Amino acid sequence: MAEKLATRAAYGESLVALGEKYPDLLVFDADLAGATMTKAFSKAFPDRFFDMGIAEANMVGVAAGMAACGKKPFVTTFAMFAAGRAWEQVRNTVCYPHLNVKVVGSHGGLSVGEDGATHQCIEDFAIMRAIPGMAVLCPCDAHEMRLATEALYHYDGPAYMRLGRLAVETVTDAIPGYQFQLGKAAQLADGKDVTIIATGMMVQMALKAAELLRAEGVSARVLDMHTIKPLDEEAVLAAARETGCIVTTEEANVLGGLGGAVSEYLAGVCPVPVIRHGVRDEFGRSGKAPLVLEAYGLRPEEIANCARKAISLKK
Amino acid sequence: MENSKLQALAVNATKARLLAVQMVHDAASGHPGGSLSCLDVLTTLYFDVMRVDPQNPHDPDRDRFVMSKGHCSPALYPVLALKGFFPVEDLKQFRSIDGHMSGHVEMHVPGVDMSTGSLGQGISTAVGMAMAGKLDHKDYRVYAILGDGEVAEGQVWEAMLAASKYHLDNLCACVDVNGLQIDGPTAEVMPTEPLDKKFEAFGWHVVTIDGHDYGQIEKAFAEAAATKGQPTMILAKTVKGKGVSFMENDAGWHGKAPNDEQYAQAKAELEAKLKELEG
Repeated sequence: MAEKLATRAAYGESLVALGEKYPDLLVFDADLAGATMTKAFSKAFPDRFFDMGIAEANMVGVAAGMAACGKKPFVTTFAMFAAGRAWEQVRNTVCYPHLNVKVVGSHGGLSVGEDGATHQCIEDFAIMRAIPGMAVLCPCDAHEMRLATEALYHYDGPAYMRLGRLAVETVTDAIPGYQFQLGKAAQLADGKDVTIIATGMMVQMALKAAELLRAEGVSARVLDMHTIKPLDEEAVLAAARETGCIVTTEEANVLGGLGGAVSEYLAGVCPVPVIRHGVRDEFGRSGKAPLVLEAYGLRPEEIANCARKAISLKK
Repeated sequence: MENSKLQALAVNATKARLLAVQMVHDAASGHPGGSLSCLDVLTTLYFDVMRVDPQNPHDPDRDRFVMSKGHCSPALYPVLALKGFFPVEDLKQFRSIDGHMSGHVEMHVPGVDMSTGSLGQGISTAVGMAMAGKLDHKDYRVYAILGDGEVAEGQVWEAMLAASKYHLDNLCACVDVNGLQIDGPTAEVMPTEPLDKKFEAFGWHVVTIDGHDYGQIEKAFAEAAATKGQPTMILAKTVKGKGVSFMENDAGWHGKAPNDEQYAQAKAELEAKLKELEG
């Protein structure tokens, strides 16, 4: 049985492991250290952990000041507040001066569940991606999250990374030849009829969708696009040329995120049908996370439907 | 304060005011009012208080300065130029597409420690710099200037809480209380007084001074350095547009450039002042 762990838990563990090695790594939180899993770091390295209270705008600015003094801060809170509340601070005080601040948004997407729409951030990919020079990541499982967190520590510049609340199956460790490289898609399955490009916990659903399609004789390539920006254009172009159509899937609004990035790129170089699967420009609502995901069509069967549609649109 | 030191500060501040008015005139845009009001505090910081070396602008042990009211580049850039961080000639590129002297304060200008412009954000970065100093057991100090209109930003008060929580006695901020902002008197646009009681309630040591009196300014910074366990806030009462008669106490000069005739008058007034100071 594969490991089942939330990416936020893997992030929390990774911070402690990296903290042992790197004394310039600092962690900030805004009164959510238990939920975002930075609490373990706060216990291990109390001098390098700063709880800034429920004041995200200031937290981002303080981290920028620390980065200007050579520190490597990881600023963590819920995605809604990291990307949303503090957007302009991230834009003007972190990204414009190109400071080495990692903005980490936990509890991204609808899988927040019961807390409902005010806490279900589905816009983070779009609004973080819109800032010049900002890298945007959303690793899919615990294994990938550990590698991504370490890669982010070494990445010189501003970056946003989304964490998920739900425990998810670890899949990337069992993929032969899997390597994590920032900005490079990981191909988890090859196929010739359609490519499903997924990010975050939609990667596991994309793999299930590929199995459903295989049962009916459709061969689907699955790309794990853990880095939404910079987009791995080479992998996207190869997918468009070799499979002739694309489905993107993300636990986010279909406007401006992964689907937006892939569509924008392909429109100019290799226009093939791209079906964007995700939240259809509407707010989420309260409920048990699996039921909310189901209600909004974030399930393998729906991804498979999108793939069939994409294939039917091929010339 | 000794007379010679006082005179040197007045000379540098007047030179900076001349350059500020010239920059804004030549660019035909910029923010003269609030730049002129904070220039005596800023000149005292760079020429009397702060430990900085123009030859080594990235020295990790240097004192830091954050212009939280980032539109006051016509105050900071001339002071940095006069201090020797870059040639005074470079100021001619202010707000020009060809140069690196951007409209708001930016880190690619030599000597600038933090890019600012969006109000309320700079003070948080100053808090971060002071926290980094504590973490590394360094003895550098961090200074910041805010506008009294800027204080309406909620983030300023978030930063006040944090500076107090972490006992940042290596941080000294100064509100340039000139009483005017773009839309008019601060007391009408969004009343922020009593500022002293507010900052005290947030755990800061507060000193109120005449922001054009070099003796009081120097004394306030010395008091800040001697204050342990809490950050210091200097409330500098100033005159918006200070030094140019027709700009003084007029909100209209917040973000407006003088025309040729107005510039000639401003230049004449400031040059007369300089001549008087240099005897």
